[in-house]
Amino acid sequence: MKLKQSILSAILGIGFLYGNVDAADIKIGIAAALTGNAAQYGLPIRKGFELAAGEINVRGGVNGNRLELIIEDEQGRKEEGINVFKKLIFQNKVMMLFGPTLSNSAQASDPVAQAAKTVVFGTSNTADGITSIGDYVFRNSVTERDILPITLKIAAQNTGLKKVAVIYGNDDIFTKSGYDNFKKALRDLKIPVATTETFAKGDVSFKPQLTNIRASNPDAVVLSALVAEGAPIMVQARQLGITLPFIGGNGMNSPRVFELAKGSSDNLWVGSPWSVESPAPENKRFIAAYLKAHGTMPDQFAAQAYDAMYIAAQALKTIKPTGKLEADRKALRDALPAMQWNGATGPFKFRQIVGRNGKPAGYDAVQTAIVMMTQANRYVIKN
Amino acid sequence: MLAQQFINAISLGGVYALFALGFTLTFGVLGIVNLAHGAVFMLGAYSALQAVILLRLPLTAAILAAIVITGAAGWLLDKLIFAPLRARDAPHLAPMIATIGLAICLNSSVEGFFGAQNLRFPVEALPTETLSLGGIRITWLELQIVLLAFVLMGILMWCLKQTRIGRALRGLAESPKAAALLGIDVEGLFRLTSVLASLLGGVAGVLIALYTNAVFPLMGQPMLHKGIAVVILGGMGDIRGALLGGFFLGFAEVFSVAYVGSTMRDAVAFGLLFAILLLRPDGLFGKAAQRRA
Repeated sequence: MKLKQSILSAILGIGFLYGNVDAADIKIGIAAALTGNAAQYGLPIRKGFELAAGEINVRGGVNGNRLELIIEDEQGRKEEGINVFKKLIFQNKVMMLFGPTLSNSAQASDPVAQAAKTVVFGTSNTADGITSIGDYVFRNSVTERDILPITLKIAAQNTGLKKVAVIYGNDDIFTKSGYDNFKKALRDLKIPVATTETFAKGDVSFKPQLTNIRASNPDAVVLSALVAEGAPIMVQARQLGITLPFIGGNGMNSPRVFELAKGSSDNLWVGSPWSVESPAPENKRFIAAYLKAHGTMPDQFAAQAYDAMYIAAQALKTIKPTGKLEADRKALRDALPAMQWNGATGPFKFRQIVGRNGKPAGYDAVQTAIVMMTQANRYVIKN
Repeated sequence: MLAQQFINAISLGGVYALFALGFTLTFGVLGIVNLAHGAVFMLGAYSALQAVILLRLPLTAAILAAIVITGAAGWLLDKLIFAPLRARDAPHLAPMIATIGLAICLNSSVEGFFGAQNLRFPVEALPTETLSLGGIRITWLELQIVLLAFVLMGILMWCLKQTRIGRALRGLAESPKAAALLGIDVEGLFRLTSVLASLLGGVAGVLIALYTNAVFPLMGQPMLHKGIAVVILGGMGDIRGALLGGFFLGFAEVFSVAYVGSTMRDAVAFGLLFAILLLRPDGLFGKAAQRRA
């Protein structure tokens, strides 16, 4: 199913009425996984973008110009990501692109945007090597490489841990890369590892590994797993009488842990760019608006998309449209790196990274992670 | 630690054995490698889950519901797939390929209907008690799975040895044509076997879903791979072999994690399995194929 939506909702209609008569629409392309397995991330991402664009248009748009979102389903697949990027860039002639949802797809499709000299702005791509594709590639998603050391540090300060055991899924690129980042962070913090255990997808019992961990007598268990395996690991650990804190990667940063590990979900430490518990007024406003617009609670993906739209709109405000697409796209690229924002995910700015050829490339996020601990089915912020 | 690993191995072995029972029965009597057994296993788990969540049935009633549904699935499986293929004297591979198709259909339907994400039984419905003895811990559920694997094996073996139907089934396994000549209702028995094997798979699905706390469309796939290994190790079609093979794999996996390291687990476990098959090509209980001529 192709989902194409030009947003002409009632909200935007109001914006149109109050807007400048000569106003032109600014076309923004969004490539998100709206069907398939990655739709669980792509759907909140779309809602975050729609909410922000609606708010901006109601307040008169960008210098009187409405934002028009052109949303395409890239299905969380590489090939579809490339197709959608080409369509948005060459056919719809968008000013810039948001997406795609998965890092895997971004690896394949972002070079298309780079070659066409069109800004691509990722809100959920956390893998290494995305922004090194080129200087038109931006993201506000904070990588595991940035988050895990802070998570470990805060957890160590709070629990006084001296040595840890590590367990990770070694048949999944995401959990394996999480393990690599944990390993580096543990080395940097000089925390000794008592034992390192692995598991595979579809394992029934994690007790043999957990029994080894129990025997190695650590102060905490570092866990790089997706919640599908991570939750049963926590349950089985508690069954074996292991009451130690768990320190999880991004895969464990999901409210689903409260459901899947119900009764055993306490004392899990995770880092996140966004928290529903964050008391900042910008965040409170975002949560209330999202709840009103969509009827559900937002998640990290919605929050990052919402902030990204505001960051881009702010950059669009600073450029003078010439009517020539190539020139305008370039002007936007030049304006974006200087943008700073304080939104739902807290204070934000860009940092240029060095590409594979040693030259300056795209832009990563500079943002402080929020470290949380689970307690009685809630996240409690610890930093 | 050794004692705990021993318990871990018994409980994991029980899980594998329970899954392999129905799988080996289908092969023993129908001569079919049923690659949809993992999907039926998954169907059992979803049936019980829906019974608990939607109908608010207690766990035992939910297991009965899963038995009824997977039993019916077994009946349909034979009626719609195996029987027509038998009637046409299809070659051996045809029913196996058909079960691959069936597995894909079942997995995709369940995914379309319930979504791809993990579901779980509500905590209230789960037996959560843990027995603890001097640092060794086992949950009631694990104990029940192990006991059930033994009890079901006992019942199956007794039925096959002592009852009229069992004798008929054994005759059938030997030679369907001879059995038919002796006045045995061959078609009826084939159907019965399919029902029995499927509901065993269904029960295994519920119990193992309770154990792992994870119900998802592809949950049967890794079990199927291990189940095939277990059944080949035990001797294709042999009930005792399924049980012994299950425990062998459980022990091999757990003790390779304990003494070699978890990254080497599958290499050690399946290496051992391979070594045994080199020594006994027909599996632990397999009879040499002497009746080919």
